[in-house]
Amino acid sequence: MPTRHTRLRSVPPVLASVCTFALEGVRGHRVTVEVDVRPGLPAFTLVGLPDRAVRESRERVRAAVLNSGLEFPLKRLTVNLAPAHVRKAGPGFDLAIAVALLAASAQVPAPALAGIALWGELSLSGELRPVRGALAAALGARDAGYHRLVVPHHDAAEAALVDGVAVIGAFNLGGIADLLHGRERPEPALPAEELVADGPSAPDLRDVRGQGDAKRALEIAAAGGHNLLMVGPPGAGKTMLARRLAGILPPPSFDEALEITQMHSAAGLGCGRLARQRPFRAPHHTISAPGLVGGGAHPRPGEVTLAHRGVLFLDELPEFARVALDALRQPLEEGRVEIMRGQRALDFPANVMLVAACNRCPCARPGDRCLCGTADRDRYLRRLSGPLLDRIDLVCQIEPVPPVELVRGAPSGPGSEATRERVVAARDLQRARLRGTGVLCNADMDGRLTRAHVTVGRRLAGRMLDADNRSHLSGRGHDRVLRVARTIADLGGRERVGFSDVGEALSYRLDGWERLAA
Amino acid sequence: MKACDDCLRRARLVADLAPRIAALVGRPGARAPGLLALPDVRLIEAAAGERGDQARERLERFEPDAERALLQDHGVLATCRHAQEYPPGLLDMTDPPAALFAVGEPGVLAEMHDRPSVAIVGTRAPSPYGAEVAHALGRGLGASGVIVVSGLALGIDATAHRGCLNGGGTPVAVLAGGPERAYPRRHRLLHEAVAREGLVLSELPPRATAYRWSFPARNRIMAGLARLTVVVEAADPSGSLITADFARDLGRTVAAVPGRVTSRMAHGTNGLLRDGAVPVTGTEDVLDELYGAGIRPRSVTEPRRSAPDPRLKALLDAVEAGCAVDEMAGRVGRTTADVRAALGRLEAEGHVVRGTLGGWERTAG
Repeated sequence: MPTRHTRLRSVPPVLASVCTFALEGVRGHRVTVEVDVRPGLPAFTLVGLPDRAVRESRERVRAAVLNSGLEFPLKRLTVNLAPAHVRKAGPGFDLAIAVALLAASAQVPAPALAGIALWGELSLSGELRPVRGALAAALGARDAGYHRLVVPHHDAAEAALVDGVAVIGAFNLGGIADLLHGRERPEPALPAEELVADGPSAPDLRDVRGQGDAKRALEIAAAGGHNLLMVGPPGAGKTMLARRLAGILPPPSFDEALEITQMHSAAGLGCGRLARQRPFRAPHHTISAPGLVGGGAHPRPGEVTLAHRGVLFLDELPEFARVALDALRQPLEEGRVEIMRGQRALDFPANVMLVAACNRCPCARPGDRCLCGTADRDRYLRRLSGPLLDRIDLVCQIEPVPPVELVRGAPSGPGSEATRERVVAARDLQRARLRGTGVLCNADMDGRLTRAHVTVGRRLAGRMLDADNRSHLSGRGHDRVLRVARTIADLGGRERVGFSDVGEALSYRLDGWERLAA
Repeated sequence: MKACDDCLRRARLVADLAPRIAALVGRPGARAPGLLALPDVRLIEAAAGERGDQARERLERFEPDAERALLQDHGVLATCRHAQEYPPGLLDMTDPPAALFAVGEPGVLAEMHDRPSVAIVGTRAPSPYGAEVAHALGRGLGASGVIVVSGLALGIDATAHRGCLNGGGTPVAVLAGGPERAYPRRHRLLHEAVAREGLVLSELPPRATAYRWSFPARNRIMAGLARLTVVVEAADPSGSLITADFARDLGRTVAAVPGRVTSRMAHGTNGLLRDGAVPVTGTEDVLDELYGAGIRPRSVTEPRRSAPDPRLKALLDAVEAGCAVDEMAGRVGRTTADVRAALGRLEAEGHVVRGTLGGWERTAG
């Protein structure tokens, strides 16, 4: 029937598409918002695996468009979020949907949308609200080749940390319409780094009285990236010491800082500026396995990802659920967590230094007042899982500082800054030595690298063999001692590992799992 | 090692009657006083009563060659009271085991004729103090050439064995069931280690199950083997006190490690001390008791390893005083790094040992 055919052709469907990002894990995944406008009874359909918050976006978008003095087309509207198989969660799609509608109804010029990505939540009045994960969106925009990104004003400084994308902070929908019409030409936002001076600095090592031994252990751990177990009664200062580890680690490079900020932003913990400190996370021992390594229906990063490039502190290690500790194996070995959801595997970065703490026995009283039988203590220690202990290079006992010293002593020992300088120097040595191997610090050397880079003289090797036999050291334990000895020598600036380095490393070793369980 | 047919038959009879004896002396910790001293026929009567025919029949059908084949299958050696190597100490008893079955180093039985043996016994659930003393005693005595006898049980027994192994000594374990079976199961690695360095003994042939009465019966063998019995920690009543009773009945020396009066685990040992047991505060006390005050056989006084560097003496003293690393550093006036380096070296040379989770202890000798 020619008439009908003509009529259809005379009112061509209007189509507009806008780019935005879905936060998947900690990464921004590109999503295209397509709007199809047709004559017919007014309707507003949203497809493309939206979750509840996305579905409700229809109401927010309608109100925001109307309250911004723009027109909401009374037609059949179909909004598709492509790719259709990725689940979309959260309110970050509001802005893109609204702008796509405006473009489809010719209220903003569609060509102006080329090369622009949008990200943000709308309020009913048309104001833009901040959404977690702006940095991830900006990284996604850069990787997808967009050169301009519009985000809520509040998130602009954070998103602007990413090089190569001009980030525009917008206050409301009306402002964005003006921008697209070319009526306004706002300057790109400045990166947060330049906006904000130094954040609050981490606590200083100097503030801890006494504990010279523990401080030395922290220094070695920081210098070689070794995981550390502190053993001692409650109140001896384990947490206090662990907190100071982040401050003596080398300051994060720009890329590392960006990663740290990205993780925190994706978890909604971002403070809108570049992280200048390495993170320190100390989850409580009641945490679940998904809480620790990440998970959930819409997978969110766990504590180990929030501690990425920083320190994960597990106090009362034996009290953690066995499944939670077992789940830590992958991140500790590979520096990342993989979470399977349906057909998809999500990857969370999780490169952490582990500091664990436990008591000597469940009652945690000093030696002569301990109430525990051997069986109680065995049970307590058996709760530490073997593979986890396998990743611990140093063990150090922490004794409470005698009250006299607390009262009398002035702040003692080197401060965090001096220690950090030594740590950085030791790390530089390691980097130079390990260049081309893909390994950055001594703790990450495998058996082959250890043997290649930790050379000991024949006489020393013989004495080490004696030590191995006396202390029932396994082959793996032997390598661990060598790695720690290498770090100690690096701290002292010695190219050859000497017997005092090995001796000190021996004194820090954690005996094999077999002996703990026996 | 050899055992005669009669003794093997007797051992098999006791193993056969074990469940009957268990029914007879059903209470926990019950001993079978005098039962094991009875000749075969009376033992069957006493233990099996009317159902004795079966046992008698099996006794008559007993084939020594088949039994020896069984021993060989399980890698078990046997000796009997008529043999040369049978430990002389056991012959003092009214009811010495007819045969002894053993897994391990056969030469150890002969050594028991020349070298003194000391039994270290105590609770299955020791305090850290008790465990530390048991370990130190085991290590010190082992290193001094004394054979350390214990029961491979949880707690003090196992700790004493481990100490003896760490000191390079000769451990002897006496089991309540067949000697080839590690009991308790979780000590199978320790069982292997003891069999490698010393001997695991039992009066019951392979595959015999342990019953309640077999534990006190085993204790009487420990008391018989040892010239001196040291009780480290024991509640009252307890199996360790049974061992001490046997030792006293045999006229052997009973020694005990003093404990805190408020500790339940010290009731047994402090009671022994009150009744005249020898107080033991360390290896030296035991050696004094064995050889006389201040007297040591030549083999013991010989230093077993190089003396520690004299410059490290202050550090060793600090270790002995139980200092933490910071304290040690303060005492010897060096940095903690220096102290740790020295500790590692002392450990490699065998002068100190380190606990699993840190903390150092000076080795005996």
